[in-house]
Amino acid sequence: MTRSATVRFTVNGEETSIIVDPLASLQTVLREELLLTGTKAGCRQGGCGSCSVLVNGELELSCLLPIAEVEGCSVETIEGLSAGEKLHPIQTAFVENFALQCGFCTPGMVMATKALLGENATPTKDEVIEALSGNICRCTGYEPIVKAVMDAADRLKGSDEVSLVGGES
Amino acid sequence: MSDATVRVPQGNGPVGASVEQADARSHVTGHTIYVDDVQLPRLAHMVLARSPFPHALIRRIDLSEAEKVPGFIRALTAADVPKNIYTILGLIGFGLDEERALADERVRYIGEPIVAVIAETRAGAAEAAKLVRIDYEELPAVFDVEEALAPGAPAVTEWGINAFDFDGRPFRQVRFGDVDAAMASADHIVEGRYQMSPIEHAPVETTGCVARPEPDGRFTVWTNTQALNMSLDLTAHILQIPTRRLRFIGGTVGGGFGGKVDGMVEPLATLGAWKTGRPVKYVYSREEEMVVSSTRNGVRIYMTDGVTNDGVIVARRVRSYIDCGAYSRHTPYAVQKHAANLAGPYFIPNASFDIYCVYTNRQPSSAMRGFGVTEASFAMEVQMDRIAELTGLDPWTVRFRNAYHDGDLRPHRKPVEDATLIEAMQAAARLVGYELSPELLAMSSKPREV
Repeated sequence: MTRSATVRFTVNGEETSIIVDPLASLQTVLREELLLTGTKAGCRQGGCGSCSVLVNGELELSCLLPIAEVEGCSVETIEGLSAGEKLHPIQTAFVENFALQCGFCTPGMVMATKALLGENATPTKDEVIEALSGNICRCTGYEPIVKAVMDAADRLKGSDEVSLVGGES
Repeated sequence: MSDATVRVPQGNGPVGASVEQADARSHVTGHTIYVDDVQLPRLAHMVLARSPFPHALIRRIDLSEAEKVPGFIRALTAADVPKNIYTILGLIGFGLDEERALADERVRYIGEPIVAVIAETRAGAAEAAKLVRIDYEELPAVFDVEEALAPGAPAVTEWGINAFDFDGRPFRQVRFGDVDAAMASADHIVEGRYQMSPIEHAPVETTGCVARPEPDGRFTVWTNTQALNMSLDLTAHILQIPTRRLRFIGGTVGGGFGGKVDGMVEPLATLGAWKTGRPVKYVYSREEEMVVSSTRNGVRIYMTDGVTNDGVIVARRVRSYIDCGAYSRHTPYAVQKHAANLAGPYFIPNASFDIYCVYTNRQPSSAMRGFGVTEASFAMEVQMDRIAELTGLDPWTVRFRNAYHDGDLRPHRKPVEDATLIEAMQAAARLVGYELSPELLAMSSKPREV
């Protein structure tokens, strides 16, 4: 028996209302209903961090979050970070520091970085490592990723909002 | 801060320049389309019913309960596969057909695919796969490489011996010089037993593909294979169709490391698309990636060196057992590379190597970063340190004195060209601040004076 319910929330600033199984994960809804496939599915069990998104500014594993929990919330995904060709400073930092190889963990890494810098604009290296500890990279690129996060913090210094879209000149 | 500014190459091309990764912007914005991101109208999903036993006979397959699951479309069994038995290296004329796309009479490892269920949703296909009833008769299984070769061991292969055949022998053989005489003349004998366990690549993106039937009778297949042409050829072979009916789209791999070269998903997904007329997605769950996908080979190595008081290796004897699991896949290639690298970057004038590709009831092993070579390097470098300990020499000296030079012959008869081990070690010593002796500083990789 399939249940369904109407769930209302915003995704990247856009009002969204869908009829779904309230127990479907946010990950499934994003990827399969809204076709926002930038949020990845690496394990579907909360182990890899590749599905990380922000819900009301907090880092969440979208694979473990039932969509009913998102009612009335503001969800941010990787697709909401940049406008057109203009990258968000965090994205620029990842590109310029070669903080990605296969790219599969990258959206989750970028979202985890955004959550961190939203709370702590000047993290130490240890704080960066701690903040990214839920995100697995198997191309073993952690060093450049940590460098990219520190660089992103530098780039965002002076700008008062991390959520700034396309803030890079 | 940034020493990471991307510079545009000038004059010398990319040499010395920092070049932005071509797909970096697409990756950081989430726009890169990986296999599981391919969404198509009328997309159906494939999930496999797999063996829970490491070794068993299949007595009966009953689909009646599975077929009742809402959204069930159809199931594929061995009888649906045009050329069910194959071996992937058969594509280059190597090895005997041994593995089946879908098992028919016997399963040889936990997770071996038996029935492919296709349904409207992934959850429905998983539910139906769970409800496929298979009756088994369990057989004794073997998991240790040496036990698998012992008399009376359960036969994993159909030809009885649990070893791959290399030119009429159950092992790859290398013979060079006179090992017995050199061992007798040595001052020391250094014996070691080395073992490496299987390793799962665990890419963050699991193995998968999407196959879509086209109106002209062709199939378009999006896949994260690391070996696009091999996957295409294997699919054509198993489906018994000309390669021109297949269009494979790949190149975007969410981590592979050798784990995505066996062509495990494309033949079945394409067959599913063929039999149902629907696009079919077949993507491993995380559990399948861990339990079913190929691992690095487990390896056991017995290495014996004859060594002089000066730390020079005069002879090496090796017996290696490389565990391919239930099917050989790319392991015979690992054996070839292992055989060619058991002297490493050193000159060993007398050598005798026997390397077995052993079948067990483990999940099959295959390629992973330097497979065959990494394992040999591990054994021989530990051996080097033990030689240093035994002779009272420092580990650098032992490695310099045994380093190969241009013109040396390696045990498999390949002359050394462009040797740089000595120069690389000299540079490494400088970088770590280690002072080498004048003897070692004066050395070079140039040909030995005769």
